[in-house]
Amino acid sequence: MGNKTKKKIITAEDVRYVAKLSRLSLDEDKIGKFQEQLDGILGYIAQLDEVNTDGVLPTTHVLSSMKNVFREDELRESLTTEAALKNAPEADEHFFKVPKII
Amino acid sequence: MTKKDDYLSNIEGYGRALRENAVSLNSYAEVLASRAIDIDKDIHAFARIDKERVIERAEELENSSRAGRLWGVPVAVKDNLCVKDELTTCGSKILEGFRPPYNATVVEKLIAEGALLFAGANMDEFAFGSSCETSCYGGAKNPWDTSRIPGGSSGGSAAAVASTEVVAALGSDTGGSIRQPASMCGIVGFKPTYGRVSRYGLIAFASSLDQIGPLTRDITDSAILLEIISGHDHRDSTSVNVDVPRYTDSLSQDIKGMKIGIPEEYFQSGIDKGVTDSIDAAIKVYKDLGAETVEISLPHTKYAVSCYYIIGPAEASSNLARYDGVHYGHRCANSQDIIDMYIDSRNEGFGAEAKRRILLGNYSLSSGYYEAYYLKAQKVRTKIADDFREVFKSCDCILTPTAPTTAFKIGERIEDPLKMYLSDVFTIPANLAGLPAVTIPCGFGENDMPVGLQLMAEPFAEETLIRAAHAFERNTDYHKRFAGE
Amino acid sequence: MNTKKSKYETVVGLEVHVQLSTKTKIFCGCANGFGADPNTQVCPVCLGQPGSLPVLNRTAFESSIKVALAINCDVQEIVKFDRKNYYYPDLPKNYQISQFDMPIAYDGHLTVPGEDGSSRDIGITRAHLEEDAGKLIHDEKKPFSYVDLNRTGTPLLEIVSEPDIQSPGEAYQYLVILKHIIKYLDVSDCNMEEGSLRCDANISLRKRGDKELGSKVEIKNLNSFKAVRDALLYEEERQEDILSEGGRIEQETRLWDEKRGITSSMRSKEGAQDYRYFPDPDLVPFEVRSGLVETIRENLPELPVKKIERFAEQYKLDKKDIEVLVSERPIADFFEKVNTECNNPKVVSNWIQGEVMMHLKDKATNIEGLGLSAKALAVIIKLASGGTISGLAAKDVLNTHIDTGDDPEVIIKEQGLEQVSDEGELDVIVNKVIEVNEKSANDYRNGKVNALGFLVGQVMRESRGKANPKLAGDMLKKKLERK
Repeated sequence: MGNKTKKKIITAEDVRYVAKLSRLSLDEDKIGKFQEQLDGILGYIAQLDEVNTDGVLPTTHVLSSMKNVFREDELRESLTTEAALKNAPEADEHFFKVPKII
Repeated sequence: MTKKDDYLSNIEGYGRALRENAVSLNSYAEVLASRAIDIDKDIHAFARIDKERVIERAEELENSSRAGRLWGVPVAVKDNLCVKDELTTCGSKILEGFRPPYNATVVEKLIAEGALLFAGANMDEFAFGSSCETSCYGGAKNPWDTSRIPGGSSGGSAAAVASTEVVAALGSDTGGSIRQPASMCGIVGFKPTYGRVSRYGLIAFASSLDQIGPLTRDITDSAILLEIISGHDHRDSTSVNVDVPRYTDSLSQDIKGMKIGIPEEYFQSGIDKGVTDSIDAAIKVYKDLGAETVEISLPHTKYAVSCYYIIGPAEASSNLARYDGVHYGHRCANSQDIIDMYIDSRNEGFGAEAKRRILLGNYSLSSGYYEAYYLKAQKVRTKIADDFREVFKSCDCILTPTAPTTAFKIGERIEDPLKMYLSDVFTIPANLAGLPAVTIPCGFGENDMPVGLQLMAEPFAEETLIRAAHAFERNTDYHKRFAGE
Repeated sequence: MNTKKSKYETVVGLEVHVQLSTKTKIFCGCANGFGADPNTQVCPVCLGQPGSLPVLNRTAFESSIKVALAINCDVQEIVKFDRKNYYYPDLPKNYQISQFDMPIAYDGHLTVPGEDGSSRDIGITRAHLEEDAGKLIHDEKKPFSYVDLNRTGTPLLEIVSEPDIQSPGEAYQYLVILKHIIKYLDVSDCNMEEGSLRCDANISLRKRGDKELGSKVEIKNLNSFKAVRDALLYEEERQEDILSEGGRIEQETRLWDEKRGITSSMRSKEGAQDYRYFPDPDLVPFEVRSGLVETIRENLPELPVKKIERFAEQYKLDKKDIEVLVSERPIADFFEKVNTECNNPKVVSNWIQGEVMMHLKDKATNIEGLGLSAKALAVIIKLASGGTISGLAAKDVLNTHIDTGDDPEVIIKEQGLEQVSDEGELDVIVNKVIEVNEKSANDYRNGKVNALGFLVGQVMRESRGKANPKLAGDMLKKKLERK
């Protein structure tokens, strides 16, 4: 990184906040590393500011023909409870189990 | 099948050999699986090869009608495509032990055609990577030089085909994840139009970019697989209800008068000389075949990587929120509290690149940044797609290198994410614009590693690509070269 | 508080969640129903299994448009779905598919009657469609919570009011009216006990005349309309106490404690939520053509307000009667069907409010489940009012008909319930009654008019209900007054 005077796009504080949103916790030394890497990536991404996008519609779906897709209100087979719970790290016969929520 | 050459056949060759040798499929499957396991000691194209399951499948196939177009043909399936009751882990510890309760639509389709599935092709964790190195199982290796990466993220699928462990494979392509490894392993890789193939059962990376496609020895096999896996699926809202052409009919058609666009932005600095030379030679082949080349410009190309590294991680950050240790996959030990359980499970389960993208994605969606990043990127995405719409008025397809370099050394870029991201600079635009794109082997560049040629076309113009690719194959033999020969 | 004298005025806004009673869930084909065994109505989609994808239920979408139109909203031309990202174990994907900036509808209103007979329009900000979450079950004795995902993916329509509501009572009325309309549309059970209608309330106080809103408090855990009113009353007082003492209201979420009758602060570990809404790439946008909206509008049933007006006009019934009849659309429909056959609104109304509703209550069923056709009831009413059977006998016929399904006329014949209106036949009985009940007869003769009722009753008893009571009364009078 070298250039200490360059203003950071993303700060360590931002990284902590985003880690919390992401349900990740990072050790302090890792925060520094992620902060540097993300700052580098965001620095590169900042080139998008060059593009004039006034009046341009955002693309969420790349094909404009993609609209109005429905299914009819018809029953389909569900999974058995056993199949539904099969992959759960913790479950009993009927339920997924999680640490107690207060 | 006994001769070494048999393993170099394409789908048709395999099918013929199977019928003619009249071997029982399960003893053949046993040989095939043992051979793959043996080769895989060096290549590590698979997260796992479940030999017993392969043999079991062969037994099922033995008793089925032999009418399927893939009957008995070994096809690898990337570790992010759900195979019912078999481990499907996206190369991630967070999905350890996960056995989906259902088959992906494409898996159903392969099974219906009698394919002998090899599940669990190695991949970058959640398809986050261009080298296969982020797999929690350790990366796959390039069969042409095992000190080099096979490309990624479908590196395992590409290496499995290139090392002749299997005949063909399915991969997924979000920013080049089929084409870049296919190119680096000297095989064909086909990313269909967004919406052409159902994503149901593809464990999502970036929903608006992901598309499943084949990795094969030649374009004929890609056309066959494409015909099989394409089509509308009522379980995927973004799967398009457009008839699937007989792609194999486009094979062997000539390309006289075809207009091939050569975009200047794809031939600027940062490209290996060996790559440029191979592409130039390929352009000459096309001209000799009567195609016409057209100089074109795609001015927003240079923004594609930035655009992609906002949209991809943003969607991924949300798609990966579900891995929290509650319903499937890894859960940390001894958690007393739900929030700690989430955090510890995710911390333990995700690798560094996955964390990086989750953080990046959540950052660009978070309060106060959404418009500057996510919304801006979606608008730039529109501009990139507009560039393509414009040039397709004057050409039938676009020819570019698939990647700026040949396969690099394992470890070379892993500590420099941005440099890694830039290796997808030529493949990302097709995902952003939803276009079909194919890579075919077109020569050898630096360190005698394979070079790939990319062709892109308008949405649903897969047939143009098949025609152009097949014409090239008929006049070259790169697709018949194998590693270690 | 909130008497006219108070320095403060109350500002309430309500967020109502209505579960739509579609056959299947909003994004998958699992059954949408209450009360099944845990984790039996689940599939890869509603479990949020990796690789699964949502596809919108057409009926859920159209039902939402129905509600939007019925509450006078503008249905939007382009509707999209967004992801609302937050972590909770009842939300398997850790994002909820909801609608952020392009919901189904904006800008409606409901007309809510006040206590003084006037009425006010309460604005409706928006209505949006989303998926419901699952359920957590807590066991006090164990260090676990249990997750049941049957409810996950139930279509949920959220209706957000403007902060237009001025009192807890008005909030209560708003809910009654809203529920009434939605029930009429037949798109939800609106059952608060089963959670098919849920409500959160926002309340703030401001000095009378102030333009700016005060800090608002959100109240959750409101399990009945009464709870909404009580919690708002409590909160109104709590906030006024704080403000009058110069304190500040903290913007927060509070939980209503039904048993203790208080709200208490719900301190969460989270700071302000950052939901990171973005368009769901797995779902496509929806263009709502005006043709579709018009078709749905044309097919909307007559809504309560209109029906009340029409019933008053057409049937000339009392306000009270009308209220009961239109309380439920099937009842109102039934009333009209019966009346078409016998054209006697007041009598039909009395029968429905009396006997029919009694049977509904006894059998804990609804009108469809009772096994009583409009035609059959009309026949009974006609026979009774035409004098063929007595009112008492008519009730017996109705009972028997409901139990057996037999034709009313057959029942009358078989049980010999036809009313005796023949003076000759009654003469013997009347004479006997006067003879046996000499005291009452004398009482009547001596001017105690009430005694006649008793004597008629005795004639009815003696005739086992078959006597025409009016005729019996006339004959008794004649005989008693003769002397």
